[in-house]
Amino acid sequence: MQDTSMLQPPTLPTNYTVKHGHIRTSTGKTVRTEEMIINMGPQHPSTHGVLRLEIVVDGEIIVECIPHIGYLHRCFEKHCEHMTNYQQVIPYVDRMDYCSAMTNEWAFALAVERLLKIEVPERVEYIRVIMAELQRIASHLIAVGTYGIDSGAFTPFLYTFIDREKILDLFEMTCGARLLYNYIWIGGLSHDLPPKFIEQAKDFISYFRPRIKMLNDLLSYNEIFVKRTANVGVLPKDVAINYAVSGPQLRGSGVNWDLRRDDPYSVYHKLNWEPQIGKGEMGTVGDCWDRHIVRMREMEQSLNLVEQALSTLPEGNIQAAIPKRIRPEKDAEIYVRSESSRGELGFYIISDGTASPYRVKARGPAFVNLSVLPEIAKGAMIADLVLIAGSIDIVLGEVDR
Amino acid sequence: MTPQEIFNILKANFGGALTEATISATGGSSATGYAMQVWIQIAPDKLRDVCLFLRDDHVMQFDYLSCLSGVDYQNGSFGVVYHLASTVHKHKIILKTLCKKEDLRVQSVSTVWGTANWHEREAFDLYGIVFDGHPDLRRILLPDDWDGYPLRKDFKVQEFYHGIKVPD
Repeated sequence: MQDTSMLQPPTLPTNYTVKHGHIRTSTGKTVRTEEMIINMGPQHPSTHGVLRLEIVVDGEIIVECIPHIGYLHRCFEKHCEHMTNYQQVIPYVDRMDYCSAMTNEWAFALAVERLLKIEVPERVEYIRVIMAELQRIASHLIAVGTYGIDSGAFTPFLYTFIDREKILDLFEMTCGARLLYNYIWIGGLSHDLPPKFIEQAKDFISYFRPRIKMLNDLLSYNEIFVKRTANVGVLPKDVAINYAVSGPQLRGSGVNWDLRRDDPYSVYHKLNWEPQIGKGEMGTVGDCWDRHIVRMREMEQSLNLVEQALSTLPEGNIQAAIPKRIRPEKDAEIYVRSESSRGELGFYIISDGTASPYRVKARGPAFVNLSVLPEIAKGAMIADLVLIAGSIDIVLGEVDR
Repeated sequence: MTPQEIFNILKANFGGALTEATISATGGSSATGYAMQVWIQIAPDKLRDVCLFLRDDHVMQFDYLSCLSGVDYQNGSFGVVYHLASTVHKHKIILKTLCKKEDLRVQSVSTVWGTANWHEREAFDLYGIVFDGHPDLRRILLPDDWDGYPLRKDFKVQEFYHGIKVPD
């Protein structure tokens, strides 16, 4: 046996010196004040997983916020290098952003398809759009529901989970799995749509549309919720871009940027839609409320996209002709990005000419979006930190990979 | 702008810092005109100046660092790959910088793009590449007392970690 010593207690990693000063009270006494270091997490209901935030507070004001991540690190990138087939990576990709597995699979499949220059059949593209947009709704429903809890509203959470179940039912009838699907494969799909899928998906669309309005009434325009989120955690446009924030968080800051339109892939350019951006209706552009409302509006948008895709779904194959063993050219490399529920999900793949990837780098949107937290948390109240962290909508599986 | 034009402008401004541009044959998807697979190699000690220029020049405006990845090219050669995009002009470019195992130092670009901060920490964590000028270079995903850099191709897992056997 080697080292059996106890784990060392964690220390403040930065060379931060706690400042102190003096204040004079109303009775004329001089009282010493000191900044305090508080740990929030790793086990904390509002960190949405195992995230540890180390915060330095001056009274109730946050002076410094240092996120510590890695509690869920599973060496995704190292695992990929040991796969004997590119297809084997897909189930691992599922487990990165486990709230939005479909979009992850699609992003990886897209990267390998571009690397191999495979064109997939049109039916596959439409089914992928349907699945990804349904997944986006399911993922945003979690984000919105848990955000309600963060702000003290428990009820919307129950409603959002009822609706999410219905989407998971659709996924289950298609591929048998409810969370981690392994459905979108390189060059195609694992199964075609089951016979009753289109009918049930249409039922869901007509059921869910009024529910969005109900959720908005229940949460988004609720006065208490607005007061807690408007003007809180403002992320200005230039900071957002400098930190390469993406997805609803970037659009919430008023940046008109959506990879489905700005770095086009699949058949999105054939469908009729517009990115939703935050306008600062309740306070400042880029505040927590804006990020929340962008998600609400994107759900409606995704519903429209699903509806359009269902109505134009062409017949055809669900698998392109791909080599049995995928071997991209030696030294071929590609970076492909696509819009997952949380933003820009990119895969950088380098091939060495064998059947296993030489290097896979996953650029997770949650990882990058979280990195801006220290910037926007500075100067906020402790109670608001929960709301700011919640509005980023992180999934720790993707942050830590 | 096409990558070739970007390369020409950089060549005119930074001559010696650029070692080569490779127009790769892969990936040129017809539907999207995918231009991200063309890359420009920059000397590791000139990186920050080139990046500042790319970010601030009005015809470039590469304000968005999509991705920063460390790579182990084996035989003692490491690299850092930067995928840049512009939200204004919507063009993209790839920068690469190479360094040797004996001198794994690259200039940090975290003062140019805030997002590079965590990406560089990740590359340091998993490859051991040191980023000069990084404000807070420490491990990010692995524990602080982990041995070695796991994404290196010659990495051997430490046998025990705090007395616990590490599975293969």
